[in-house]
Amino acid sequence: MSRRPYIRSMKPGWWLGQRRYFVYMVRELTSLFIGLYCALLVIGIFRLSQGRAAWDGFVAALSSPSGIIFQLICLSFAIYHSATWFAVTPKAMPLVVKGEPVPARTIVAFHYGAWAVVSLIVLIAAGI
Amino acid sequence: MREEITLEILRYQPELADEPRLQSYIVPYHEDWVVLDALNHIKDNLDATLSYRWSCHMAICGSCGMMINGEPKLACHAFLRDYRHAVIRVGPLEHFPIERDLVIVMDDFMDKLSSVQPYLITQQKRQLSEGENLQTPLQLMAFKQYTLCINCLLCYAACPQCGLNENFVGPAALALAHRYNLDSRDGGKDERADVVASDNGIWECTFVGACSEVSPKYVDPAAAIQQTKISASLDWFKAWLRPGAYR
Repeated sequence: MSRRPYIRSMKPGWWLGQRRYFVYMVRELTSLFIGLYCALLVIGIFRLSQGRAAWDGFVAALSSPSGIIFQLICLSFAIYHSATWFAVTPKAMPLVVKGEPVPARTIVAFHYGAWAVVSLIVLIAAGI
Repeated sequence: MREEITLEILRYQPELADEPRLQSYIVPYHEDWVVLDALNHIKDNLDATLSYRWSCHMAICGSCGMMINGEPKLACHAFLRDYRHAVIRVGPLEHFPIERDLVIVMDDFMDKLSSVQPYLITQQKRQLSEGENLQTPLQLMAFKQYTLCINCLLCYAACPQCGLNENFVGPAALALAHRYNLDSRDGGKDERADVVASDNGIWECTFVGACSEVSPKYVDPAAAIQQTKISASLDWFKAWLRPGAYR
């Protein structure tokens, strides 16, 4: 008889069944909050261009309870997003120094170190 | 009483039914048996109509890839003792059409594999008088990991992108392209880029990372694809910066 291959399609909930796919989808979801925070920064620059009163209103909105809650949510997702990406940097950017591969842990640690330094510079620049 | 274990196998017999169905088999339990031994026991003693691929029984031929309790595995690499006192559910590899029972259709993969030109491409033919095309251990180390692929297709079954987009070139083929791109004797990177750096190539990968987790030879296709993304991006910028590149 002739061939009759059976084709299966993926179910919409394919990512709910296994931990690895669930963790991946959470990582993808974090991008949404990082995008939202970037949009917030753009709005901030826009408000700054409109003068002091507009800027003060923007800062007041950020300092409100809902503004703080929004920023805390964004911060937690940004930390999760960064940590997951730092964890995979040895795969994307393997280093060989003097003929020896640099251990994955060292590459990850370097990223955390760079993160700390940049954060420190930002905090100093902000006068905190 | 002798211990037994139950296998639930997804069977598709196109001459008998339009849909696959689960069929249970009870086989003897042995500490040193793998799922492939159980399948061979079924084929030899219980049901000769069961179809599956296998050859070496030592995790090198890459023929016996199948879903074992939802995880892509080599049947010769999955010990019954790891599933003791439970039912083992066996099915054909995900994201491939089923030819029959546990046999999948891999024609599409073979086309994708050949599309990345997985062989050395030299731009200038070497003369015999030039001697061997030497390579240092360091140059070999750059790509050796990616030579270990046995085309078992477990990575395709683990990758959701392969299931969502049938045109995605996929982990194993892209890892093999990277293997040749990294080879100091090769000069075919630009020729491969048409397929590798296309929308259905590396850019369809969203770095789920499952391909590397299931690879029985620790090939790490996810790493190969991310490295190719960086390399392709740099090539694009270099081409863009070249005077007169875009007019």
